[in-house]
Amino acid sequence: MTEPHTPGPNAPGTSQPGPAMTVRLEGASPEVEISRDMIRRGLIVAPVLIAICGAAWGMHGVWSSAYGVALVLVNFAIAAGLIAFTARISLGLMMGAILFGYLIRLGLVLLAFVLVKDASWMSRPALGLTVIVTHLGLLVWELKYVAASLAYPGLKPSRSN
Amino acid sequence: MEAMSHLVKAAGATTSTPTELKAQAAASSAGFAYGLAAIGPGIGIGYLVGKSVEAMARQPEAAGMVRTTMFLGIAFTEALALIGFVVFILIGL
Repeated sequence: MTEPHTPGPNAPGTSQPGPAMTVRLEGASPEVEISRDMIRRGLIVAPVLIAICGAAWGMHGVWSSAYGVALVLVNFAIAAGLIAFTARISLGLMMGAILFGYLIRLGLVLLAFVLVKDASWMSRPALGLTVIVTHLGLLVWELKYVAASLAYPGLKPSRSN
Repeated sequence: MEAMSHLVKAAGATTSTPTELKAQAAASSAGFAYGLAAIGPGIGIGYLVGKSVEAMARQPEAAGMVRTTMFLGIAFTEALALIGFVVFILIGL
């Protein structure tokens, strides 16, 4: 009499509920460091962007561009903070927070625009251009250092390494 | 008969001019553009985060590298939604 074969936990085709989703990530938060880096660089380049928009659209361009830069930097900070906070609790929560965070941040960006859309200083082309240029420009700038330092910790390599 | 003519006049008063119709079409199209532009990045971020969590669960010692790449990937993917948002603010609302 042979016993019925029961596949092991790692056998192909089996799906065992494991502790993977409850893994918590302690230690440093690279996304916070990346976000801090990008915010610092964003503040450095902001006067240039604001000056360009000011030259093109006048004082309306200046205020709208400043608002756009602030919008992008706050968006980065919220995204990084959300990941860092939830990663210390569990990977499952982090995943949920990132996905719902995406929705919430899109809503916040929309709300931030709706609040000022009829303001006298609003210049929509300046705001739109600033949002795209700042977001993509800071990411590409950061990516340069991440690629140069083999992705971790994702910051500008120091002279020692 | 008189009431009917009033009704027709009232209906005529609510009919939009071509300019207003164009503005209404632009506003609704902008809403659709933003919604559609958010779907693609939503799928992309879901896939990206799912794979990253899987990688971190399998190899927690590589979590720092994975998180760095994941964060940048999320931000790049989100740029698509922001481009949709800019189209939305430029042509509508």
